[in-house]
Amino acid sequence: METPTVLFYVFAAGAVASALGMVLNLRNTVAGAMNLVATMVCLAGIYLLLEAYLVAVIQIMVYGGAIVVLFLFVVMLLNLRGDTFPPGRLRLAKVAAVLLVLAVVGRGLALLTRALPEPGPVPEGFGGYALLGVALYTDYVLLVEMASLLLLAAIVGALVLAKRRID
Amino acid sequence: MVPLDHVIGLSAILFAIGVLGVATRRNLIVIVMSIELMLNAANLAFVGFNRLWPGSSGAARFDGQVFVLMIIAVAAAEVAVGLGIVISMFRNRDSVNVDDASLLKW
Amino acid sequence: MPVEVILKTAFILLVVVGAFAPVITWVERKQSAVMQDRIGANRADVAGITVLGLLHPLADVIKLLTKEDVIPRGANRVLHTLAPVIAAVPAIIAYAIIPYGSTYTFGDHELSLVAADPDWGLLYIFAIGSIATYGTVIAGWASNNNWAHLGSLRASAQMISYEVTLGLSVTGCFMVFETLKLTDMATAQDTTFRIFGFVELLFGLSLPAWLERFPFTVPAWGIFLQPLGFLMFLTCIMAENKRPPFDIPEAESELIAGYFLEYSGMRFGLFFMSEFIEVVVIAGLVATIFLGGWSVPWVSQAAIVGTVEPVYGAGFANGLCLLIHFLTFLAKVVVMIWLQMLLRWSLPRFRYDQVMDLCWKIMLPLSIANIFATGLVMLWIRG
Repeated sequence: METPTVLFYVFAAGAVASALGMVLNLRNTVAGAMNLVATMVCLAGIYLLLEAYLVAVIQIMVYGGAIVVLFLFVVMLLNLRGDTFPPGRLRLAKVAAVLLVLAVVGRGLALLTRALPEPGPVPEGFGGYALLGVALYTDYVLLVEMASLLLLAAIVGALVLAKRRID
Repeated sequence: MVPLDHVIGLSAILFAIGVLGVATRRNLIVIVMSIELMLNAANLAFVGFNRLWPGSSGAARFDGQVFVLMIIAVAAAEVAVGLGIVISMFRNRDSVNVDDASLLKW
Repeated sequence: MPVEVILKTAFILLVVVGAFAPVITWVERKQSAVMQDRIGANRADVAGITVLGLLHPLADVIKLLTKEDVIPRGANRVLHTLAPVIAAVPAIIAYAIIPYGSTYTFGDHELSLVAADPDWGLLYIFAIGSIATYGTVIAGWASNNNWAHLGSLRASAQMISYEVTLGLSVTGCFMVFETLKLTDMATAQDTTFRIFGFVELLFGLSLPAWLERFPFTVPAWGIFLQPLGFLMFLTCIMAENKRPPFDIPEAESELIAGYFLEYSGMRFGLFFMSEFIEVVVIAGLVATIFLGGWSVPWVSQAAIVGTVEPVYGAGFANGLCLLIHFLTFLAKVVVMIWLQMLLRWSLPRFRYDQVMDLCWKIMLPLSIANIFATGLVMLWIRG
């Protein structure tokens, strides 16, 4: 077992445990948001292992540092406590969880026959900011421009939605 | 070497957990967080497959990673507007339970 | 090699966190005392010997360790315990990429005085800064105290606002040095450039040769290449770490303690220590990016090694160079710490709306203008 493989399993276990902690946590929404941060950081660790360095750092900065902070602000400002289920809903949730476990076990059995080939060597500078930056601004420049327009629309939308009505 | 099979398997597991969250939780904010989890699972699949086919030296292919950056930008925008909607709903009904937003249900 | 990494990590943890950060608390007391024309804390003694007050950090630690560990009633125990950890850990692991010296060859073994040197070094600092906001966000909420909660929301809003301008203000430096690796940035500042070289490059004139001598050459430090970037970076990183004059979240004389109001004993000690560790991080970062890091002004590494090597041999030359560079870096860090203490005790505290105005209305347009101006000058110089 080499270090990248061991680290991958550690991060994967952390990501799954945190995701389950977020989804199954009925009492405390803030703890759920912190579990989401833990999932993001574990996923960023896996991106680092997959040699996607810029994506990993941007994942921590944007997802872990801004998006989940936004969730936390809303949860704290609206003073949300836990979730209460009507009685029938809890049984439905348990049935769904059982189905999930079956799906996971089925996936695990399917993993016994390796379907994907081994990854080959990685080209020079792969996943680094230099080549990725050049690619973003030459091949994918329209995507970047569209993303900036989308973010502008989101800023205006969020401002309009969250503004206090003046009436 | 990172076993790519298991990377894609992890992506499937996280996506399933996200679907579980969206389907069973009643708190609108937890539903939006589960949607973020599903987006992250898709990101992991993109990065995993990009690692499998990274191109050759001098002709590296970054399609998966560029896609992931765009998905992160889209997720940020969606969370901003989505939480604005949550705040509006809270102002109107004083609750973020989606069972209370059932006016259009027959 | 794992042994090297372990040694460097141990050095960071023991020397910087264990020795530097407590000394900073002493520096704060003594420097403020000198600036305010008083004596400062000098009562802590061992058997009647007070070492100029240097035993006060030890007394502080003993006091914090022996205090009662209080978790307020109704508070979330897990998050209340986790918040100081989330605040302290990013401050400590930010040291991993700061270079204390360059690479030295001893025989066939290359020793580089930096614990980790990824390609995307400076982005790591921004990512760590993003995670550090959670300590603040959770601390106030987990205390079951309205005013601590409000304080933590304001503090985290300040931190995330200044993260944006922090990244933008140092983008000019990325453009000039063309790298994100802090070791490469420090190496790029190891040279000098002629003051009037800009005139030559911009207007195509050719200046007389006697202008190549000292003192018409200036070390190629970030502070000379990006003066506006230096000022903005210093402001933004002091605001990000809630250093005075941006310390309205903690406001010792006004709000008692702000968002870590309900923390006592070593929990408070962790918050307290993390603030002083961040002082040293700020000093290390500014020294590396803007003040040339480990490089001696006007004397490059090749010059030092080249002068000493014929006389004493390559191993001794490299070792001497290592020592000189390490001491130079320490001197620059000490100067930056002194500067931060000076700013703390001479500027009045900003009001919260002034802090936010400064970020969004002044820093953001200025940093974008800095990027544009840097790009224009670079394009002009390159033809």
